[in-house]
Amino acid sequence: MNPRLTFLTAGRVLRQIRGDHRTVGLLLVVPCVLLGLLAWIFDGTPVFDRIGPALLGVFPFVVMFVVTSVATLRERTSGTLERLLAGPLGKADLMFGYALAFGLMAVVQALVATTFAVFVCGLDVAGPVWVLVVVAVLDAVLGTALGLLASAFAHTEFQAVQFMPAFILPQFLLCGLLVARDRLPDVLSAISDVLPLSYAVDAMSAVATSADALGDAATDMLVIAAWILAALVLGSLTLRRRTD
Amino acid sequence: MMNNAAAVVIQDLKVVRGGTVVLPGLSVTIPRGRVVGLLGPSGSGKSTLLRAIVGVQKVAGGSVEVLGEPAGSAGLRRRVGYVTQAPSVYADLSVHENAAYFGGLVGAGAQAVESAIAAVDLGSYADRRVEKLSGGQRSRVSLAAALVGDPEVLILDEPTVGLDPVLRRDLWELFHRLAERGTSLLVSSHVMDEATRCHRLLLMRDGTLLADTTPEDLLRSTGTTDADAAFLALIDAAGGSR
Repeated sequence: MNPRLTFLTAGRVLRQIRGDHRTVGLLLVVPCVLLGLLAWIFDGTPVFDRIGPALLGVFPFVVMFVVTSVATLRERTSGTLERLLAGPLGKADLMFGYALAFGLMAVVQALVATTFAVFVCGLDVAGPVWVLVVVAVLDAVLGTALGLLASAFAHTEFQAVQFMPAFILPQFLLCGLLVARDRLPDVLSAISDVLPLSYAVDAMSAVATSADALGDAATDMLVIAAWILAALVLGSLTLRRRTD
Repeated sequence: MMNNAAAVVIQDLKVVRGGTVVLPGLSVTIPRGRVVGLLGPSGSGKSTLLRAIVGVQKVAGGSVEVLGEPAGSAGLRRRVGYVTQAPSVYADLSVHENAAYFGGLVGAGAQAVESAIAAVDLGSYADRRVEKLSGGQRSRVSLAAALVGDPEVLILDEPTVGLDPVLRRDLWELFHRLAERGTSLLVSSHVMDEATRCHRLLLMRDGTLLADTTPEDLLRSTGTTDADAAFLALIDAAGGSR
């Protein structure tokens, strides 16, 4: 891996996003609209304070997954991927370059969404708000890493878009938002123990309910980080310099 | 000795794609510092051969050496430039941003970026996004992205398709200037009249080489006056349509 090439690639990806104002707008506005809607639905009940933080982690995860898998697919179909791999750029440079660029986007998105949730929607969390932001960024980078991995298996845009429900919805059903994970049937509970979104939601819930959020969420955050690294490494293994 | 003078040495290269034999066993040597034309109808295996030289094609057998190293090896990645048939640049970036990114990857400086853009005559479009350009302009951006690293070997897959005659002439002049400076170029085309602009010619059909010659020798040996007729004469000599 070559840090200079990784940063160069991250800069290129950011330049591409910067040129697309509508995508930037959607990245920043959609999570706020959804959080606002949720706060409005549960107005006057404690529900928003309970599930709001978890969704603050889920939204960036989903959005970044979709954006990344489409972006990488475009790289494959436009022939630029073949050109890059024929040159000196390493596979890991490409993967981490993307992760870095979308990670930076995620920082902005998490700051905007968290600010909106806390100050406009009145989200009340026990732990420090900055931990909320850190976990939201981790969740977004996790979405990016899984999106990079998933895009390796998509040959068309139709397939890439369908990977969203295929990869994400099962994790959403099992992550503890609908039914607490320890009350799931044994098999499902065991499955939920290995899925990354479970830890994203656990970490957010820790921030919502515990004053020592950092200590309670530390293990969850480590698991998320491990998943990010594993997905990026697996994703770079799926890239082939030589193709048929 | 022979190999030191060659840019590319291919021995018995076999490529199978999707169960179909595309190259049944091709051997050819490409000299350094020359413009070599790879001509043949579409579907004859030109792109596959070029991809094998760049090292992005899965091969079933044989060997491909570029500048004395196996094709696609890490040491070659800065020394070999490759332009695919479809322009492979970022449509949502400007001409300059594309050249700067691809140049940055191979360690080219700002000066090299400017001169690559100038070489393909896109100086006045440098800040325009590629998606706003015409098809011919896009393929020139793709060419600039390869020129920027000043590679020793330049593999160009149909770089002049869709360009007007003036631009085609300008690009061929550029190719010759590069060759004079020592760059080895392999340029594919299915337009036979481009054959006369090359130092050497490889004529390809159904995955095999019909001829490895010079434009003058091609016309003389076939007793024809243009490349199209020469190609037909070679096919007839090789035993009819198939």
